[in-house]
Amino acid sequence: MPVAPGPHIGTGRTTRRVMIDVLLGLVPVFAAACWVFGWYALMQVGICVASCLAAEALFTAMRRRPVSLGDFSAVVTGVILGLSMPWRCPVHVDVVASFVAIGVGKVIFGGLGHNIFNPAMVGRAFVTIAFPALLGAGGYLYTGSGTPPTDVVTAATPMTVAKHLAAGKAGQVAGLWPLFLGNVNGSLGETSALACLVGGLYLCIRRTAAWQIPLGAVLAVAVIAGVGNLLHPQAQWTVLHHLLGGALLYGAFFIATDPVTSPLTPRGKFIFGAGMGALVMVIRTYSGYPEGVQFSVLLMNATVPLLNRWTVPRPVGGPVPAPKAQA
Amino acid sequence: MVSSAIPGTGRFARGLHPDDKKSISAGAGIEVLPTPKSVLIPLLQHIGAPCEPAVKPRAEVRLGQAVGEAKAFVSAPVHASIDGKTAAATVTTLPNGRHVAAIPITAAEEQSLSGQALWEDIYGGQWPTDGLGSFDPEQIVTAVRSAGLVGMGGAAFPTHVKLTPNEKRPVDTLVVNGCECEPYLTADHRLMLEAPAPIITGALLAARAAGAERIIVAIEDNKPDAAEAMAAAAEGTPVQVAIVQTRYPMGGERQLIPAVLGREVPTGGLPLDVGVVVVNVATAAAIARAVIRGKPLTHRVVSVTGEGINQPKNLLVPLGASYAELVAFCGGLADSAGRVIAGGPMMGFALAELDVPVTKGTSGVVVLTEEQLRRAEQTACLRCGRCVDVCPAGLVPTKIALAARHQDWETARRYYLTACFECGCCAYVCPANIPLVQLIRTGKATMPKE
Ligand code: SF4
Ligand code: SF4
Repeated sequence: MPVAPGPHIGTGRTTRRVMIDVLLGLVPVFAAACWVFGWYALMQVGICVASCLAAEALFTAMRRRPVSLGDFSAVVTGVILGLSMPWRCPVHVDVVASFVAIGVGKVIFGGLGHNIFNPAMVGRAFVTIAFPALLGAGGYLYTGSGTPPTDVVTAATPMTVAKHLAAGKAGQVAGLWPLFLGNVNGSLGETSALACLVGGLYLCIRRTAAWQIPLGAVLAVAVIAGVGNLLHPQAQWTVLHHLLGGALLYGAFFIATDPVTSPLTPRGKFIFGAGMGALVMVIRTYSGYPEGVQFSVLLMNATVPLLNRWTVPRPVGGPVPAPKAQA
Repeated sequence: MVSSAIPGTGRFARGLHPDDKKSISAGAGIEVLPTPKSVLIPLLQHIGAPCEPAVKPRAEVRLGQAVGEAKAFVSAPVHASIDGKTAAATVTTLPNGRHVAAIPITAAEEQSLSGQALWEDIYGGQWPTDGLGSFDPEQIVTAVRSAGLVGMGGAAFPTHVKLTPNEKRPVDTLVVNGCECEPYLTADHRLMLEAPAPIITGALLAARAAGAERIIVAIEDNKPDAAEAMAAAAEGTPVQVAIVQTRYPMGGERQLIPAVLGREVPTGGLPLDVGVVVVNVATAAAIARAVIRGKPLTHRVVSVTGEGINQPKNLLVPLGASYAELVAFCGGLADSAGRVIAGGPMMGFALAELDVPVTKGTSGVVVLTEEQLRRAEQTACLRCGRCVDVCPAGLVPTKIALAARHQDWETARRYYLTACFECGCCAYVCPANIPLVQLIRTGKATMPKE
């Protein structure tokens, strides 16, 4: 009879099932994006998924590794990337972002499980720098002459407005209710806080995403924004705006929780999330970019080896004693 | 009355709650296996030094006669489990992969004890709980040692070593382990239901030998009937029955002692370091039999269970009977059977062939079906941290296992490789299906000593 080492039973949850779970968690976010941006959501996500799959197949074949599309990780990268794009992003930008995500973000490091940086964010950051006009504030605005595809796209994104206000210019702050529901302009997946919460909590309950990461991020933003509000009580952009607006919740629940590029230990995960939240606040407040989720995640990715080292748990019963000299 | 007044919380950190599958065999009363035609008595059934043969080939032996002598302190003699005639010693491979010398015994036509009479001789009749003060501790330890007692929960550490008092490390509490936390297994459960009296007597004797004041029988909360039976048998004695949470691996000493007593066993240390001795319920019953009746360990209760066996049963079997014999008595393997495991599905070993003898530490035979087995392909580690979330020892299993795979001993030490006790929780949850325990076990064996 064939033998194998124990344990002989398991949970039946495989890598592929974990990835499918992430896709399920993204369903509400995708649905909200379709509700707000119509066909554009489907188009962007579709292009990114197809490009990521093509990139994965091409690069792994080039490295003469078995092609592993079956683990669905390239699909996850594609969906997360697609949902982080502006609605009117041109096709070639999507394709470049996808190929950079899979090629530079993942395959170069040795494929799934070996990469240091979140692949989708590597691709997204690359195109942000390479095509600043298409991914900056203007990239979200409808500039055509006819009727816009949806109403929201004629207004600047809430984060751009916040930047203007901070610079002393005039602007109309988005209401909390639209920020919560999602009928505002922005990257496809980030506009609806509600959808991010529903999908994100599903992932946390299923333990597909580590709850310590979003908790750390949300707490950090709440604390820092809260202190800011106390210092500037007349500010129109409040703590809740910081929490519900922009890509914070999307990033905290779906991007930062990528297991491969986040810490292993529960304490490390919390610090990672908190660090990401704090960096988001720094970028929102002090940089030229209206939003900072992608750079925050990438910066925190770089700290993961250190966080893993610093947060090695204390074994039950204490550390292994040093071998004693025989008395 | 089941008492819940224990210093601990009845819980430990992390661990798992797999489907316990106890119902497959929990209702099956213990049956006595008919005397097999032959048995094969391994000379090493415990942790420690092997025995030396004490009988010549083709000698007549009687049930209970020593066939292997223990010369070292950390060792335990072995005894004939049937009446019969020995043959020349051979070598057998135990489920854990060790090759050991073994003495075959062919059964005589006439057996002095079998069936119900055998049960009565081992567990039946009266078991005193009063007047045990007439046994002095040394006498108890000697009786336990010559009876060849070892831990019957699986670890098979010689019991007399645990019970020998150590002046530097006094013992205050004896914990009797009735957790049986591995899924499927019900041997201890049935023993607590059907023979609680010898367990209580054995616990009193063990506590007397070790110098423990307090005696606590710990039972997981999925066996309330066993707790009731034990509490009834403990009436009028100082033995306390405590309910602990059903959680794997509660039966591990390092989980059970914190759960029951709130004390943490130091890494690299022993329960003795915190004043505790733990014995399994079946071991306790065997202690009573050794001291009160002067009889050695020759039989044990084994669960034969799982979805892949035709008639799941709990059996009283002579040590040295082959797994094939047990399986045949339980209606044979079902067509769906995919793997036969010696022990439980978490820590047990898969059998390559069934012609292997049952030993003192064999708590069960679990037959899983083909479709229950972990079959998913292995992927790279996702660094998801699930293994960290469940490791009851508080380790980072992925770091240890992957360091062991790459023979990176510095990293393996930094992450406390040697603190792993191979419970299997990490590999159970790993979505990448990495054989974490196997890698760690191999690492422990190959890591150079400092
Ligand atoms: S559970 Fe498996 S995949 Fe997850 S971190 Fe541990 S070893 Fe890696
Ligand atoms: S086998 Fe070792 S590393 Fe894995 S969970 Fe158990 S104690 Fe932790």
